[in-house]
Amino acid sequence: MAQRQRINLKVNGVEYEGEVEPRKLLVDFLREDLELLGTHVGCEHGVCGACTILLNGKAVRSCLMLAVQADGAELTTIEGLAQGAQLHPIQEAFHEHHGLQCGFCTPGMLLTSHEFLQENPSPTREEAKKAISGVLCRCTGYKQVIDSVMAAAETMKNE
Amino acid sequence: MPDPEARRWVGKRYKRKEDLRLLIGEGKFVDDIQLPKMKHAAIIRSPYPHALIKNIDTTQAEKLPGVRGILTGQDVKEMSKPFPCGVPIPPKYYSCAVDKVRYVGEPVAVVVADSRYIAEDALDLIQVDYEPLPVVMDIEEAAEPDAPVLHDNIGSNIYSHRLMQYGEPAKAFEEADLLVKGKFLFPKYGSTPIETYAVVASYNPVNQEFVIYNNYQGPFVNHSLVALALGIPENKMRWIVPTDIGGGFGTKTGVFPYIALIALASKKTGMTVKWIEDRREHLLASATGTDRVTYMEAAVKRDGTILALKDKAMDNTGGYIRAPEPGCAYRSTGNHTGAYQIRHLDREVMVVGTNKCLTSPNRGYTCQELYFSVERLVDMVAAQLGMDPAEIRFKNFIQPDQFPYTTATGGIYDAGNYQKAFQKALDIVDYPKWRQEQEKARQQGRYIGIGIATIVDPSVTNIAYVTTALTPEQRAKGHPKSGSGESMTIKMDPLGQVHVIACTNPQGQGHETVISQIVADELGIDPDGITVSNVVDTHDRVYTITTGSYSSRFASVGTNALVNATRKLKDKLFKIAAHLLEVSPDELVLENQKFHVKDQPEKSIAVRHVAGTAHWHQTALPEGMDVGLFASSLITMPTSKPPDELDRVDSSNTYGFCCEVIVVEIDPETCEIKFHKWASMHDSGTVLNPMILEGQVMGSITHGLGGALYEEFAYDENGQCLTASFQDYLCPTSMEVPDIDIGHVETPSPFTALGSKGAGEASCESVPVAVANAIADALAPLGVVINELPLTPSKIWHLIKEAKAKQA
Ligand code: FES
Ligand code: FES
Repeated sequence: MAQRQRINLKVNGVEYEGEVEPRKLLVDFLREDLELLGTHVGCEHGVCGACTILLNGKAVRSCLMLAVQADGAELTTIEGLAQGAQLHPIQEAFHEHHGLQCGFCTPGMLLTSHEFLQENPSPTREEAKKAISGVLCRCTGYKQVIDSVMAAAETMKNE
Repeated sequence: MPDPEARRWVGKRYKRKEDLRLLIGEGKFVDDIQLPKMKHAAIIRSPYPHALIKNIDTTQAEKLPGVRGILTGQDVKEMSKPFPCGVPIPPKYYSCAVDKVRYVGEPVAVVVADSRYIAEDALDLIQVDYEPLPVVMDIEEAAEPDAPVLHDNIGSNIYSHRLMQYGEPAKAFEEADLLVKGKFLFPKYGSTPIETYAVVASYNPVNQEFVIYNNYQGPFVNHSLVALALGIPENKMRWIVPTDIGGGFGTKTGVFPYIALIALASKKTGMTVKWIEDRREHLLASATGTDRVTYMEAAVKRDGTILALKDKAMDNTGGYIRAPEPGCAYRSTGNHTGAYQIRHLDREVMVVGTNKCLTSPNRGYTCQELYFSVERLVDMVAAQLGMDPAEIRFKNFIQPDQFPYTTATGGIYDAGNYQKAFQKALDIVDYPKWRQEQEKARQQGRYIGIGIATIVDPSVTNIAYVTTALTPEQRAKGHPKSGSGESMTIKMDPLGQVHVIACTNPQGQGHETVISQIVADELGIDPDGITVSNVVDTHDRVYTITTGSYSSRFASVGTNALVNATRKLKDKLFKIAAHLLEVSPDELVLENQKFHVKDQPEKSIAVRHVAGTAHWHQTALPEGMDVGLFASSLITMPTSKPPDELDRVDSSNTYGFCCEVIVVEIDPETCEIKFHKWASMHDSGTVLNPMILEGQVMGSITHGLGGALYEEFAYDENGQCLTASFQDYLCPTSMEVPDIDIGHVETPSPFTALGSKGAGEASCESVPVAVANAIADALAPLGVVINELPLTPSKIWHLIKEAKAKQA
C-alpha cells in the first residue's frame, strides 16, 4: 500500500488534520474519514454532480479530486449550510418549492446553486436553469428545482 | 367518503417532512450504514455477452493483503438455488454466473476486502478463462429456431408464449371497413436512479440468520423468492431498508439478486459485507425496461370506430428472466385497450431472451411499450380516414356514464371523464389555432407537428396478473394468486401524540408528509405534530406480500389502509371517551381535540386525557377492551381477484387518465426539436398534495421525454454495451425539459377512501408516444414513418433523408 500522506484542511469551519492514502478520492475521504455522509456519489465519473461541494467557495466534483489535492483548502459540504436549526435560504427555498424528492442529487443541487447565486444574485430563470444543468436529477424533472433557485435568489437579495 | 369541504389538510400544498433531514445531509441511505468490522465487496463481471467459463483462478487475488475472501459462481451454485420465476420452464438464474455468462457485466465472482480500493485491486488479479459463444441480440432473431440458445434446459430462447382472445376478433375483422397495421419498435431504456444499488449483509453462523440492509423497493414477493433461493426459512432473513432510497422507479426491484449474492459473500467470508454498485456496473448490468417489437393491426369502421385489435408483442428480458417478469408482457392486460371502447382482441404475447442486460419494471411498467403501438396506430388510423387525431379519440373514448367500466380484458376502470380532461388539454394548447399555424408553416416549408396521446394509467398491481403467463389449464393446476394488500399502523402515545408506522418504502414520493395530512384530517389534529416512521424491516414491520412502493400503490391501497387504521383508532377513542362521560359514542362530537356531548360543550374530555386513560388507567376502560391505543389495517383492493378462465383480469385496481398535447417544430437542417406548447392533463382522482403531485408529474414527464428523445441502452452487433457511462447514456438535464402546462381533473375513485389513485407513472406512459406522434405529424408531408424511439436528431435526419429519396 502506498505511503499515507499528511493533509490539513478546514471542512464546514472545522480544522482537520490527518493522513490519507494518496489515491483516496476526496468524496471517499469526506464520507469515510470525516463521516460527512451528506455528500453523495452518483456516478464517480464526474457527470452527475451529486458529489458537488465547495472548495474555497468554488463548486467542485469531489469524485474527480483526490483528498490530497484538497490539502490546505476550505471546504463546505451540505452539512455546512444550515446554522444550527436555521436553514440556509437556499435550503428554505428547496423546502418551500419542493426542489427535492429522493434527496440524492440534493447536495449537488444546493451547493451548485450556492456558488451560482454568489456569482449571479439576480438571475433570470433561463440562467438558473443553465446553472443547475450539470447536476442530474432523476426525480424532479427540474422545474421545482429551478423554482427553488429563483426563490432563494429573491430572499437572499432582500437579506 | 368524508365531505371534501371538511378536509383541512388533504389537497393542500403542505411542505414535506422528509426535507428536514435530506436538506441538511442527514438522510439515511444504505451507503450511510457503517457497521463494526464491515468489509467491502467488488464484483468481477463478464466482458463477454455469451461465453463458457472455463476456469477462474483466484490465487493471486487471495494473496493480496487486505483480501478477506472470494466468492465464485461455483460457491454460489453450491450454497444456493436458482431463483423461482413464474414461467413454465425458468432458466437457472443464480445471483452469479455459473459455468456460462449470458450478458456483458454478469457477475462472475465477488471479492471481499478491507476497503473498496483493495477489493478493486484484487479484481485485476483474478484470471477468468472464457470460451466465447455466438450471440443473439435481436428480439425476432432470438425467437427463430436456429438462434444460438442461451439456456439448454429451456431449449429455445422463448421464456413465455401465449395466445389470448377476447370477444370475437375474427368477426370484428370481417366487419371492418378498413384495416390499419404497423410494426413498432420500443427501445431498451431505464430510469437510472442517481443512487445505485446498495447492500450490506451479515450472516450469523450460530443462529444462521442473515441481516441485510438494502435499497429494494419493498419486501414485495422478492423477500420470499430470495429466501427460497438461499434455501433458508424466510424469517431467518431480515431485510432492512433505511428511511431513504435515492430514487427507485422500478429499477430498484432489480437489486434482489445482489441481496442474495452479498449475503452469500458474507456467509462464505464470515464478514459483514458492504457492496455499493458503481455507475458503470449499474448501466451495464442492473436492470432496464423491456425492449419490445409489436405488430399491431386495427379493424376500423369508416366513421372511425375501432372495433378490434390484433397484435403480437415480443418482449426481451435479456440473458435470463427473473421476477416480476414475465410481468412485462402481462402487466397491462386489464388496460390493453387504453381509453377506448374496443371489445375484441386477438393477442399473441412472447417473452424472449437475448444477450443483453436483464430487465425490471421501469416507471410505467410496459404501458409505454403498449401505448407506443396503440396510440401510434390510432394516429395512423386517423390519417388513413382523413380524420383529425383528436376527433378519432373522442369517437372511441369510454363515456363518463359507463364507469365503473369493465374492459374486454377484465380491467375494472373505477372512474374518469376522459372527454373533459382531453378537452381541457386541447383548450390549453389552443388546438385549432395550432392546426392553422401548422397549415401556414407547411406552406413556408416549416415542420410543425401536434402530438397527442390519451392513455389510461393503471395503479396498484394485482399480483394475480402474473399468472396470466400460464394457460387457464396450467393455472388450474397451480397455486392461485391474487391481491394488492398494504399495511398501516397508527398509535397514540400516553400524552396523546400520534405516530404512524408504515412500510411503504418510498423513494422520494413524500409518504411521511401525505400520511400526516391524511391523519390530521381524520383526527382533526395538526399534521406538524404527527410523526411517521416509514422503513422496511421484515422482522419489525407487519406487511403483506405486495407491500412496497411500485405500481403507484400508495395513493390507492396505501391511503385505504391508512384511513382504515385511523378510523379504527378513532372509533376506540370515541368508545373510551363515551365510557368515561357515561354516554353512548354516537352522542359525542370530536372538536378541537376534545370530545364533548352534542349540544353540551361543557360535558367534555380532552383527547389527551382519553389517551392517558387508555395507557395509565387501564381498569377505567370499557370492559373487554384491549389496553393502549393502536390500530392496524392490512387490506387489499376489492377487485383484486385471480384471472378468470377467459384470461380476463383486473391487473391493476385503480386507473387514472392522462393525456398529452404537444406542439413541436423540427428544424429540417439540424433536426433539432423545439417545443412550442405542451399540455399534460391528468385525472388521478382526489389530489392529496398538489405540490408533491406536480413533482411526480414533472418527474414522470421527464422520464418519458428521455425515452422519446435520448435514452437507450445501445449494443453493438457483438453484444458489447455502448452506454456504460453517463457520458454515453444520456439522461435529460434541466436544459432539455421545456415549459409544460400541467393540469388536473379530479374524478374521485369509488374504490378508495379518499378518492385518490396513483399518479406518478402516467406521463412515462404517454410522453414517448405523444412526442413520436408530434414528430410524425410534423414530418407527415415528407411521408416519414415513425415507428421507433429514441428519436435522436441523427435518426430523424436519416428518416428525412430516406423519405426525400423515396419521394424523388
Ligand atoms: S459522483 Fe461525482 S459527478 Fe457523479
Ligand atoms: S431528487 Fe432524486 S435525484 Fe434529484
